[in-house]
Amino acid sequence: MAQYEVTLAGFGGQGIMTAGQLLAYSGMAEGRKVVWLPSYGPEMRGGTAYCTVVVSPDRIGSPIINNPTCCCVFNRPSFDKFAPRVRPGGLLLVNSSLIDVESDRTDITQLLVPANDMAMKAGNPKAANIVILGALIGASEVLSYKVVEKTMKEKLGGKKDLLPSNIKLLREGYNLARKELGKKEKV
Amino acid sequence: MAKILMKGNEAIAEAAIKAGCVNYFCYPITPQNEVGEYMARRLPEVGGAFLQGESEVAVGNMLFGAASTGQRVFTTSSSPGISLMQESISYMAGAHLPVVIVNIMRGGPGLGGILPAQSDYFQATKGGGHGDYRLLVLAPSTIQEAVDLMMLSFHLAEKYRNPVMIIGDGMIGQMMEPVEFPEHHEEPELPSNDLWAITGAKGREPRVIKSLFLDPKLLDDNSWNLYDKYARMEREEIRFESYRIKPKNKILIVSYGTMARICQTAIDELEKDGVSVGLFRPITLFPFPSKQIAKEAKKKNIENVLVIEMSTAQMKEDVDLAVLGAKPVKFYGETGGLVPSPDAVKEQIMKLIKNPNDELKRR
Amino acid sequence: MNEDARTLFSRPESLNEVVTHYCPGCTHGVIHRLVAEVLDELGVRENTVGVAPVGCSVFIYKYLGTDFLEAPHGRAPALATGFKRLRPDMMVFTYQGDGDLASIGMGEIVHAANRGEKITTIFVNNAVYGMTGGQMAPTTMPGQVTTTSPGGRNVNDTGYPIRVAELLSALVTPNYIERVAVHTPQHIIKAKQAIRKAFTYQKEGRCFSLVEVLSTCPTNWGKTTEESLDWVESRMVPYFPLGCYKDPETAEVPDGAV
Repeated sequence: MAQYEVTLAGFGGQGIMTAGQLLAYSGMAEGRKVVWLPSYGPEMRGGTAYCTVVVSPDRIGSPIINNPTCCCVFNRPSFDKFAPRVRPGGLLLVNSSLIDVESDRTDITQLLVPANDMAMKAGNPKAANIVILGALIGASEVLSYKVVEKTMKEKLGGKKDLLPSNIKLLREGYNLARKELGKKEKV
Repeated sequence: MAKILMKGNEAIAEAAIKAGCVNYFCYPITPQNEVGEYMARRLPEVGGAFLQGESEVAVGNMLFGAASTGQRVFTTSSSPGISLMQESISYMAGAHLPVVIVNIMRGGPGLGGILPAQSDYFQATKGGGHGDYRLLVLAPSTIQEAVDLMMLSFHLAEKYRNPVMIIGDGMIGQMMEPVEFPEHHEEPELPSNDLWAITGAKGREPRVIKSLFLDPKLLDDNSWNLYDKYARMEREEIRFESYRIKPKNKILIVSYGTMARICQTAIDELEKDGVSVGLFRPITLFPFPSKQIAKEAKKKNIENVLVIEMSTAQMKEDVDLAVLGAKPVKFYGETGGLVPSPDAVKEQIMKLIKNPNDELKRR
Repeated sequence: MNEDARTLFSRPESLNEVVTHYCPGCTHGVIHRLVAEVLDELGVRENTVGVAPVGCSVFIYKYLGTDFLEAPHGRAPALATGFKRLRPDMMVFTYQGDGDLASIGMGEIVHAANRGEKITTIFVNNAVYGMTGGQMAPTTMPGQVTTTSPGGRNVNDTGYPIRVAELLSALVTPNYIERVAVHTPQHIIKAKQAIRKAFTYQKEGRCFSLVEVLSTCPTNWGKTTEESLDWVESRMVPYFPLGCYKDPETAEVPDGAV
């Protein structure tokens, strides 16, 4: 697979950085080159936070990606900022629990994921980032589901009580994307 | 050893420990705080000295005292903090002390901002503080290279008994990439510190580590001794990377650090469109690879040398001096935390290819 | 030589045999000697590093037979901290004047003291910048004429002299802080006791120790040697009271600190 770039954006505290890191760790586990670059500074303290992950079979040049293959937006300000930036032919994942608009772009694939509702329902309200990560993998096939699940077990294994529901939510996000986009294999 | 995904700041910290440096002094400043936080956790584990000083002025001078023991020591800071350390850096250079200083640069002057920049090039490469001295300056462009140069830096500091500075923009500190630490870190033989370190005057004459020479003849000697070290660095330590440099290229890009990676992406994409451009990436900023750049610039097909930096044309002055008018040297840059995108770089290159006489000065 | 002859007074081993560069009547030499005697008595000369200041005593390394670091102006406590943290087994002392310690180096001394660095500071207070030619110091007395206070120090304009011993003893950290003087033989004996105590506490790894020594500067005060010694007694001692300001034996930690 060619180089794939993902920008994840939302409020500080929505697990944006963690989701990005899980993606980067998974990419490494699959033997790809990866870069994770955060926005840093005042954003860390409750404002808009975003990070960009690049996964590539080859040496990665620029860590700065203006038009990523995929954007995952977790709140309205992020939607406004990043929906227009998705590369034509790319993917926009919208957290529809908190964003009540859709992009009118016709040159990208848009997928609405009620991530907060799904996480709330599973009794794990902070795991909207995991739902989106699952959906990202389901929709993009950038990495295999198995590797991401394994990485999550390793990296989030410390929170034992939440791990089963995290895995469940990763799967639900993945399957939702498969279903919505008419893709066959589910997990 | 398997690769691990690490933030640049933490990788720099671990690299120092792997290189046998377990002494670290710091003062908080964004965007390099993770180094101090990492060291505060790690150094007690490995039996080293960790101290958060009261200011960068004090921290630089703590480094001075610590280095005098003959043990390895380093600090990290960011631009305004590095300015405050200039006093001690000048003294340590004058007193021939081996220390390593990392500057994770943010935009300036003044308090500036906290986003990535390369605006401390002059400060790093031209001395920085008062007096006739230079630092050996290394500029990594990936986290792995930051690790490798960090480990090398202690060796170089001791080889020359001179402060070594590693400069990276904020991205080098904040970015995560897979890194590998060499299993066994072996170094070529270094001059023994038995002849100069302060260990107590037992069985020998008392020693003084100082930069004070009121006798002009002695100060002159010291300055020329320093000069000779820098001349030796120029012979032995020049490091750089060439990327897609070919005889048919019309443009030679010169760029360093993260900016050079962004240029690589632009160059790769242009190559796909049939436009061939080469990149020269200095890794040592002092000593500067002037001869090597001049050699590339003077090649027949080169119409323009294009320097790209996240500053207002600081390294460009050294490229100008290297090329000495043999070819036009153009500049493109953004500052203050704005980072030129690969698209912006491509646009500038295409402008120059269409109109070789264009002046590109700013974003 | 008479077989019964005993040596009653000689040059300490830690004091080098060199010609002094200090002005006539200056008491730096006395203080140097006291430090040298203490180093000898504690047997630590070969395991000691001094940190020289910027000021008249910048050349202290010519007089004392220990290793030395020569610090930037005011930064001696920071150098001493860096050194001591890596070599806690060695004795480390700074020797600083009033401009060095109480003006440009106030930040470094306060924080070294507050951290309780196991170092010793000999703080020589002679109420003036000596080496640069007699400018006003943070410890210059009210009304005292200096080259930068030609009408006498005006406290409404420049504040009152800083009392370093009092200021540092306000820190909670249990340090040893004492102020002494060297203008009479009796005071010199007391000063020696304080310096010895300071180094002993360090040797025992107990605390930060600072001895403030009231000293003279006949040249920049525009006085004779005798007048200068009198001036220490009549002008300085009343404002800078002598005595022990803090001792780890008796220092108390206030409520709420634990």
